[in-house]
Amino acid sequence: MLMNRNKKAMIFRVAEIIIHELKLEEITPETFDPDLDLVNELGVDSMDLATIALVLQDEYCIIIDEDDYPKLRNIRMIADYIEKKQIA
Amino acid sequence: MKTVSSLLDSAWHERYKKISSLNIRSSIYDVTNQCNLRCKGCFFFSSNEHQAANEEMDIGKWSRFVQKEKERGVNLAILIGGEPTLYLDRLETFYNMLPTYCATNGLIKIPRERFPDMMVGISLWGDEEDEKLLRGKDTFAVSGKNYKGDPNTYYLYTITPKQVGRIEHVISKIADVGLKVHLQLLTNDENVDGFFWTEGKLKDVRAEMDDMLEKYPSTVISCKYYHEIITTGRMMKRAFGWAECPSVTEPLDNRNPQPKRLIRFIRWASDLQTMHRCCTSATRDCSTCKDGAAHMSWVMVNKRGHLNSTKDLQNWIEVYEMFAKLYRFIPW
Repeated sequence: MLMNRNKKAMIFRVAEIIIHELKLEEITPETFDPDLDLVNELGVDSMDLATIALVLQDEYCIIIDEDDYPKLRNIRMIADYIEKKQIA
Repeated sequence: MKTVSSLLDSAWHERYKKISSLNIRSSIYDVTNQCNLRCKGCFFFSSNEHQAANEEMDIGKWSRFVQKEKERGVNLAILIGGEPTLYLDRLETFYNMLPTYCATNGLIKIPRERFPDMMVGISLWGDEEDEKLLRGKDTFAVSGKNYKGDPNTYYLYTITPKQVGRIEHVISKIADVGLKVHLQLLTNDENVDGFFWTEGKLKDVRAEMDDMLEKYPSTVISCKYYHEIITTGRMMKRAFGWAECPSVTEPLDNRNPQPKRLIRFIRWASDLQTMHRCCTSATRDCSTCKDGAAHMSWVMVNKRGHLNSTKDLQNWIEVYEMFAKLYRFIPW
């Protein structure tokens, strides 16, 4: 239960970061579908991902390798990735 | 919120997905400081970049350098010069390790037994008259024979203001030798009389480029949105220039704010240590730069800026596809 709450909070926070860093309009963390494909649907490119990754690295004290970008296709996958990195 | 699938039908969405996964990481390499031509208006010589560094002569060092570039994440080596074909062994170090594109004046035939599928772009500055005036000889007479029918070669036709109204003659010559052509515009770096662009000339050349695309669709590798961008220097109400250019060498890029740019892009001098400021010359006025690749890249790195409408996103896809074709990431 605690895990679920933490995960939900993380998904919400990652959504906030993406919206802020990419200056997205017409969307809020509440309405951001965590399974929306960031590349194929939102048009995010690798420079956008690099920008987001920098903030996530600082926020969650992890290192995100550029080779891992293909794993970060949506917010849920990003949250999973952060969780695994924090455990490792 | 607008998403890609909300703007595109399934056919366009498939095209989008094919290119969105390419993740092209290019860099540019001066293979040599020497050339077998001295063209009036060539930025490399007019800005003294040929004297910026002493060429590395040790082929082993070239090989180790290319390996490091590969490890740095480069997946497209764009070879320029000087004239790269003067040093085929250096070309080979790139070709053996990376997807490689070679820009040449076409006077030396690249041996296809050593470079079977390397993409080759032949520079062409106009018709016979302008070629003789600007480059000292009609290079097409030689390059057309050297590369006739080569499926991995195209002409990079730099249109000059004097060519407006006379482009078709050049395009048809290229079609006749079974090659393709990409269009770009001359930046008059050496202030050659009669080769300055005016608003009127730019408007006319845009219309003519559009016409050529319609008339020679299997020869001309281009798209109308690119013609708009290169002739107006404007995209999404923004003007091309230093603050916007994506093709600035990354370690030298101290612009603030940082524009959208090519990640890891470096233009290396032939000593393999010196970096040039950008994909053309540091002495060039960026506000009048007409570099075709820089303008293409400008569109490509601003993908989300094109998510406003179906037409905008389709324009972005066409420019990206054009770039991907020119550098062999997707077939013609």
